[in-house]
Amino acid sequence: MRLTAALLVALLVAAGAYVIFFVAPTELRQREIQRIFYFHVGSAWTAGVAFFIVFIANIAFLFRRAMKWDRLAVSAAEVGLAFCTVVLITGPIWAKPVWGVAWVWDARLTTTAVLWLLYVSYLLLRSFIADAERRAVASAAFGVFAFLDVPLVYFSIRIWRTQHPSPVIAGGEGSGLDPVMWNVFLFNWVALLGVMALLMWKRYRVETLRHEIEELEVELEWRAGEAQNQAVAVER
Amino acid sequence: MSALRAAVVIFGKELRTEFRTRELLNTTVVFVLMILILFSFTMDPTAEESRRFTSGLLWLAILFAGALMLFPSFTREQANDTLDALRMAPVPAFAIVLGKVLANFAFLTLAEWLMLPVFSVLYDVSLVRVLWQMLLVFALGTLGLAVTGTAFSAVAAHARMREMLLPLMLLPLLTPVLIASVEATAALLAREPQFDLTWVKILLGFDVVFLAATYLVADALVEE
Repeated sequence: MRLTAALLVALLVAAGAYVIFFVAPTELRQREIQRIFYFHVGSAWTAGVAFFIVFIANIAFLFRRAMKWDRLAVSAAEVGLAFCTVVLITGPIWAKPVWGVAWVWDARLTTTAVLWLLYVSYLLLRSFIADAERRAVASAAFGVFAFLDVPLVYFSIRIWRTQHPSPVIAGGEGSGLDPVMWNVFLFNWVALLGVMALLMWKRYRVETLRHEIEELEVELEWRAGEAQNQAVAVER
Repeated sequence: MSALRAAVVIFGKELRTEFRTRELLNTTVVFVLMILILFSFTMDPTAEESRRFTSGLLWLAILFAGALMLFPSFTREQANDTLDALRMAPVPAFAIVLGKVLANFAFLTLAEWLMLPVFSVLYDVSLVRVLWQMLLVFALGTLGLAVTGTAFSAVAAHARMREMLLPLMLLPLLTPVLIASVEATAALLAREPQFDLTWVKILLGFDVVFLAATYLVADALVEE
């Protein structure tokens, strides 16, 4: 089952790469570099989905108090952060030849950078709280704050300054994507969502196993204590 | 006892504890003052330059001060397990958090009022003609800082390295407050002062969103 899923995702990613380079038309002005778009925007949307899952899992944990929500939240946060990092790396690679500079302090770039920092803080917070229950409660509360902050960050920076091209997909008049490009994009997005789901699933397994190990260690300690008590009793 | 009444009582208790030692107030004032003085070395502190740079400097100093000083707001209760006593009181968790938010807001605002005249003299900017607008911007920005800072003080209370962790969580979250307060302050300090309502609305939005969020997660913040 797991192997089949992994193979399927690998196949999707490979086919996605093929259509990016051999099926999608070359953009008129930017030429080949524009092909990074499928990866850049696809990763951004995927990171958005992952962070939304973190938010839902945080809320669900605060209301239901089941540890499975905490495990889902940390899995989604780590995977989302990975995709967010991809966005921040592919962005400058694309921007340098097209805009002439690798980085500008525009609304979407800055928001992505702040978003990245917020989820790094989320994971740092988790790593500094030893008790599992407390870690879950504290990080869920912080996660809710972090997610609510994103639209505020975006709007405040947007009013402040903006250089990023206005949205090509679902933007205003004159925007829009070539239908072939659109299909290539969607195909690749599905592939990236597959990667996200696979990684989250693996991460969730690891977190569950870690939890089991912790429980077994506690039990082991308890049994060792019992055995020692018995030994003392026998000696007497 | 209504939640609001309980919040006011806790607010009073926080004030009494603080004014016994004045730790928070003293350190905040000295910290911001120190940054103001040290920063003058990195630029030419004439009136013209001041108008360009100092609103950002002032707000960064305040946010850093908040990120460092709000930290004891919940950990102070750990020393004598007084948070347990608060928890046992038959009041909603939000009342406890709100009382602390109001107290922290009051301390930070008082510190700012002490600091603003000094800032005005050191950097040769005139505050008198825009005083009311300035106080409004400072009140809204400080409320945002107090709400999130108090909530995160509770979040970080059980973490290792919590002194470091609070600024790491708080400062990126405060990006909208920083932008809006700096822009509003800069517009007020300009040669032709302007009161820009856009930024005031953003500050107000931030305060409302995070007060609501604090209300939502208050139980999680106060629980053992």
